[in-house]
Amino acid sequence: MKRWIALLMLSLAASLAHAVEYGGLVPDQSRIEFTSRQMGVPVEGAFHKYTATVSFDPQKPEAGSARIEINVASIDAGSRDANDEVKGRGWFNVKQFPTATFVAEGPGNVRALGGNRYEARGKMSIKGTTREVIVPFAFKTEGANAVLEGSIPILRTQYGIGEGAWSDTSVVADEVPIRFRLVLSPKN
Amino acid sequence: MSAARYTRPAVLLHWLIALGVLGMFPLGIYMADLALSPTKLKLYSYHKWAGVTIFTLVLVRVLWRLRHTPPPLPSSQSPLQQRMAHMGHTLLYVFMLAAPITGWLMSSAYGFTTVWFGVLPLPDLLDKNEALGDVLKLVHRYLNYTFIALVAGHIGAALKHQWIDRDGTLARMSFIRQE
Repeated sequence: MKRWIALLMLSLAASLAHAVEYGGLVPDQSRIEFTSRQMGVPVEGAFHKYTATVSFDPQKPEAGSARIEINVASIDAGSRDANDEVKGRGWFNVKQFPTATFVAEGPGNVRALGGNRYEARGKMSIKGTTREVIVPFAFKTEGANAVLEGSIPILRTQYGIGEGAWSDTSVVADEVPIRFRLVLSPKN
Repeated sequence: MSAARYTRPAVLLHWLIALGVLGMFPLGIYMADLALSPTKLKLYSYHKWAGVTIFTLVLVRVLWRLRHTPPPLPSSQSPLQQRMAHMGHTLLYVFMLAAPITGWLMSSAYGFTTVWFGVLPLPDLLDKNEALGDVLKLVHRYLNYTFIALVAGHIGAALKHQWIDRDGTLARMSFIRQE
């Protein structure tokens, strides 16, 4: 009987261990990167400053939520020239729109796709334009932390990123894949 | 006087590369100081595509040259003149190779892979390092200023032989047999 109780306790502890909820961002292990394609040349870029409030329990994905706020001016578009250019009005207009956000809040916005794959439905706001997007991601643990990894292709012209002469997508491709790796520490 | 000529492929390669190089000088000088714009990105790409193309032609030309001895210079030229001519031609080869290579290095250092005609990516010769890119930009610029001076000297010498010395030097690089 004692043995059974011990076993029960153990399995309960194990299931509890699985039900860790993750919250805070570990910035120095996280990345938000993108690849722009200029005249057929892939150019790597990144956002260096962002905050992420993510609540995710792999046992209850549907209860998950995410709010990611990117400081647009922290962009590295691949070169000094480009970094000056993309902050301007025709691109991100960072003076007027300093923050880009992805928000998936409320129940049912995250669903499991099988295995370690999930997707989050949320609202992407860039430069004053908000669009509903679905962000697929993979979940894994690294030590005590959770790692959410995924990528989403953004069509830059849908957000008015690169207006006027820059809207020529034969020079700078419309599709800009954004890759992210968000490392979250367990919530206490 | 019917002087010996360069082989046809050598003549063809000479004039193709001449055309390319003479187009690249003004293009390079013009585009370098443009403010960032789609036009600038296009011109840079065209410059790189042309550079890779010319570089390929130069490599073929060097291989051809190693297997085919050029026709002798006119005997009317003094040994000093002939030595100067050989030195000048050797230098032209050095610059024909160094110009595209420094451009490629510079592009690599700035983190821009060279993609030939937007289709074929060339390997990056260096890791991204913008400070090194700045140095290589200067190297590419001043190397090509020197190249321009050298090409001007080459053209000047050819014209002098044609119109002043009238010694048939230029005819050696002609497509047509001259009497």
